[in-house]
Amino acid sequence: MDLTPEERGILAGTRGEAAKRALEYQMAVGAFWGARRFVPVTNVHMMGDIEVMGDGGLQWLRSEARLGARCIVPTTTNARCIDFAHCERLGQDAGEAAKERELIACLQGMDVVTTDTCINYQTVYQPHLGERVAWGDTGTVIYANSVFGARSNFESGPAALAAALTGRTPEYGFHLDEHRRGTFTVQLDAALDDLADWGAVGKLVGQAHQNYFAVPVIHGFRRTPTADELKHLGAALASYGSMAMFHFVGVTPEAPSIEAALGGNVVAESVVIAGEDIERVYRGFRLGDGDARLVVFSGPQQSLLEMKRLAALFAGRRVRAGSSCFVTTNSGVLAQARRLGFAQSLEEAGVTILEGVCFYILQNLSAMREAHRWTNMVSNSAKIVNIIGAHRFNTILRRTAECVEIACSGVLR
Amino acid sequence: MNRIHVRRAFGPAVEGEALVSEEGFSPRYDLDRWTGVITRPGHRLEGASIVDKVCFFPSAKGGIAAGWAFYDLKWKKIAPKAFIFGVTNPVMVQGAIFAGIPITEGWDLDPRQALRSGDWVRVEPTNRTIEVLRRA
Repeated sequence: MDLTPEERGILAGTRGEAAKRALEYQMAVGAFWGARRFVPVTNVHMMGDIEVMGDGGLQWLRSEARLGARCIVPTTTNARCIDFAHCERLGQDAGEAAKERELIACLQGMDVVTTDTCINYQTVYQPHLGERVAWGDTGTVIYANSVFGARSNFESGPAALAAALTGRTPEYGFHLDEHRRGTFTVQLDAALDDLADWGAVGKLVGQAHQNYFAVPVIHGFRRTPTADELKHLGAALASYGSMAMFHFVGVTPEAPSIEAALGGNVVAESVVIAGEDIERVYRGFRLGDGDARLVVFSGPQQSLLEMKRLAALFAGRRVRAGSSCFVTTNSGVLAQARRLGFAQSLEEAGVTILEGVCFYILQNLSAMREAHRWTNMVSNSAKIVNIIGAHRFNTILRRTAECVEIACSGVLR
Repeated sequence: MNRIHVRRAFGPAVEGEALVSEEGFSPRYDLDRWTGVITRPGHRLEGASIVDKVCFFPSAKGGIAAGWAFYDLKWKKIAPKAFIFGVTNPVMVQGAIFAGIPITEGWDLDPRQALRSGDWVRVEPTNRTIEVLRRA
């Protein structure tokens, strides 16, 4: 890679050992992808909690702190695995909670802003067209690339932290124009009235094109999609397809037309998604033993408007005795939801609101599943339905109002 | 055919038993990260262990969290010897390099046609080759 004098200085240790090691690591990643240079980033969003990092990761973080690691660009954190207020009731491990507290303090010592949210793009920072950032999780990256027209690759925890320490990232993948052009088209010929429908689109498109460098160009939709709809679409595309970008003609900034979004690429494939395809997605989920005692609204965390809708759906109702319903969001949204009464409505209905976490990365989730003898998990998020499998849940995607009905009736259809 | 050429590669040369998958992989979606066994119901390799294996996967799935997962697998001494991907994503690469686990992407010959799980293979990232040394 071509290095600037500043980067050569970092390698020589002018910014300390932690920054030097971070740049060396970034050079190895850049070399793998054939990056020619580094590009500066203005914002970093990183995943780092004890459930994903484990003892090995915590040990590594301690050593980074000892080396004087310090962020030189604003750096925020993704959703984590423990909401300390609910830790004990959920049967989470006290030892792991202590490690999580240490880990948070360690990150704060490096000047990381522990926002604990996977919807930073809705609540913390909205980069502009062409702005380069280093973000993870995948849902944040696909939103940044697609909806904002910003530029980021999937940056995992260690890679994002390295970018925070050096202020740059290797230029490959979605930092380059050539990878941002659409590679196939998707015509939407369905109503898509619920957030889960958008996740279903992401499932259909993503599953059939599992490739980081596949970029769908979505067109033909007859109304303006909302931010929450694009969030569920993006999260599902990233989850099922490992995709980091989509174009939505007339909606996203690099897609004024199909031709512009394709940027000269010849379309190898044109997909059409009709209402019947969406219905088939729902019918495709096996109901297992019919267990309907776990309903989750999470992955991504709920926006304020999602909280509002859930509060309205749960108003005057009650989660069935013996069932559990979880909502996860970040501290900012929760504070507003409380001020506006949405949180109280949910809690009066027996819903548990978890703050700063995502359900699928909850510490001790497998043990929780066993303790409650949950076999199924029902959600309106296609993403969480996809990613929670390693915890041995049978998962079922349903529309938002149906999820509420299932939580309150205990009946799964 | 005893040799596969790969497109991109990182890490030292290693030898090990091949585990050949028909399906893509995520250490978060598919793997029990305390035993190294693939546990997602319905995965084509459900029940198989990746510990000390040279793992061949056609694709990578989702997941930023994988970036920490490989380092933790190594810490727990349940890491695979190498990851050989048809197509991968940056997270797998960032995670494998962070953990010091060899990783490659792209192949001129589909391993599903060239070898079987249980074959003994040698991965040479410097030459970008994978060689079958012994058949199971």
